[in-house]
Amino acid sequence: MEPFSTVDAKAMPLDMTNVDTDQLVPARYLWRPRQDGYAEILFHDLRREPGFPLDAPAHKGAAIMVADRNFGCGSSREHAAWALVDSGFRVVIAPSFGDIFYSNSFKNGLLPIVLPEARCAELRAALARNPGTHLVVDLPAQTVTGPVGVNDGFSVDSFAVDPLRKELLIAGQDETGLTLSLAATIKGFVAGYAEAMPWV
Amino acid sequence: MSAPQSLFDKIWQRHAVVTRPDGAVLLLVGRHLLHDGSAAAFRFLDERRLPLHDKRHTFGTPDHYVSTAGNDLASIGEAFRRDLVSGMAENARKHGFTHFGLGDPRQGIIHVIGPEQGITLPGITMVCGDSHTSSHGALGALAFGIGASEVAHVLATQTLWQSRKPQSMRINVEGKLGTGVTAKDAILAIIARIGTAGGTGKVIEYAGPVFRDMSIEGRLSVCNMSIEAGARAGMVAPDENTFAYLKGRPYAPQGAMWERAVAFWRTLPSDAGAAFDAEVTLNGNAIEPMATWGTSPEHASAVTGAVPDPAAAPTAERREAIASALNYMGLSPGMRMDEIPINRVFIGSCTNSRIEDLRAAAAVLQGRKAKVQAWAVPGSGLVKRQAEQEGLDKVFRDAGFEWREPGCSMCAGVNGDLVEPGVHCASTSNRNFVGRQGPGARTHLMSPTMAAAAAVTGHITDVRRLMAGEA
Repeated sequence: MEPFSTVDAKAMPLDMTNVDTDQLVPARYLWRPRQDGYAEILFHDLRREPGFPLDAPAHKGAAIMVADRNFGCGSSREHAAWALVDSGFRVVIAPSFGDIFYSNSFKNGLLPIVLPEARCAELRAALARNPGTHLVVDLPAQTVTGPVGVNDGFSVDSFAVDPLRKELLIAGQDETGLTLSLAATIKGFVAGYAEAMPWV
Repeated sequence: MSAPQSLFDKIWQRHAVVTRPDGAVLLLVGRHLLHDGSAAAFRFLDERRLPLHDKRHTFGTPDHYVSTAGNDLASIGEAFRRDLVSGMAENARKHGFTHFGLGDPRQGIIHVIGPEQGITLPGITMVCGDSHTSSHGALGALAFGIGASEVAHVLATQTLWQSRKPQSMRINVEGKLGTGVTAKDAILAIIARIGTAGGTGKVIEYAGPVFRDMSIEGRLSVCNMSIEAGARAGMVAPDENTFAYLKGRPYAPQGAMWERAVAFWRTLPSDAGAAFDAEVTLNGNAIEPMATWGTSPEHASAVTGAVPDPAAAPTAERREAIASALNYMGLSPGMRMDEIPINRVFIGSCTNSRIEDLRAAAAVLQGRKAKVQAWAVPGSGLVKRQAEQEGLDKVFRDAGFEWREPGCSMCAGVNGDLVEPGVHCASTSNRNFVGRQGPGARTHLMSPTMAAAAAVTGHITDVRRLMAGEA
């Protein structure tokens, strides 16, 4: 997993609420092995519709998506995060996320950022007026910053992120190493658990 | 005296191995369930040269990629699907976990066979790389879906990190469900009320007389769709129904251990005065048979109602969402729910493929004929066998249904069981997303009895009219 620090990249607005993981990756592609890549599968059915922003020339190379409420709801398929990462995305900003998608993102070096609904709407509108604008996402500082000197709806926004997730994302690691280092603690806990609930 | 705790609080506390100062918690996993979409997780394990940490608490079955035309590998037409199913059997041999493979009568949908085998137990944590893992909460477990990386982590450690404890929500349904109104109608009514993000970040406890009176299989249908309200998990406090359901099942505790387990399980229900972060109450008497008209599970209406008119929507955003859903579904604003045509019927999925579902649908089909192509897909080999012993297969077949082999089938269609573009499918599954059952497919979620009624009339129909004797 690629370590994450600061991403300075084009941002693409996506004006859709409740984007479910079936839209991100239709189920008929789930069998594909991870190593085959999922870039062309991202929004497979939607991206063919006129006006869908993903393949617009102005968004070529975008690594940040500014989305709407309940992004990534539905199925637990991690393929949704794979497809975003394989397409070059490192950040999705939205008012809220599906829980499992939110968690899956961190495991793949993709940072989901929650900003207030009104703020996400302003950012999407600003990006629509200024296509191809860069945003700077600074994970250590926990900020999203618009282009310097351009006020048109851009500014500096702070976001919250769970400390453990932040630590691991910056290190480019998943939790396995940390957990394996706790083996003795886990073993002790399991002994007590088995004594209290021996039928499990 | 300690503060009153909810069922969720009690299970959480019992499984929290480590709680970090920043709030992150390492949870012990009581049962880990696997299906044939787990190849990526095993690959991770191999790449890191890690063994399966706890094979005794790991159970799997192929369900997503199996054929429903025949219950063997040879019936799976495509090599990539066969490879996933045979790859899972190979992983089971290699790592030594319990595997109900093709040809084993216990094979079926993982969320059907967990409870059926007594693998699902009250008071434990359960995870599976599938969002409908929430089903198992019906027996008083804390059960939730995880992604492939988390599956790999659980395989390697039998634990899972949670960055913080989820919030809690109690949904009370008061009163009594009317005749012809089922668990599926109750959960669709709940989702229509709280929305598809109503439970995001929360663990739902379903409480009140409607759930107390509900069978375990009904509770499984309800908890199954918790994720459709965005919730992390859904659960019902274990009670005498739960214990009666579990007693004697192969993996449930036996003998003296059973007594000890039940004594413990009786301490699990939420204490009086337990705090919930959110609470919602519905009147069960007012719930009617439901069906969805749109492309989100929250797009649900009573069968006596009408498809909404976007022009009447309170906000521009809502107007657009309804208009776009109606466009995809090919429906006109304001048309009556029972005028929506149905071209195909699917009775199955982890939501509604258990014996009670099949019995209820068969009771509607008895002596009637389906007007459209219709499938019944039992949730497991044992459900299928039970149904056949009761003669239900004959009722389905006589009504013109295909009686198929167990698997996830047309719910997600990853095995190739797809609905054709533009076709309206009455489906007892859980998601009506755009393209969920195939590109262009138009899914209408409903209960097994409502799906049976739609099959014999060719349009969405209030099943209560058929139950009252109408032809």
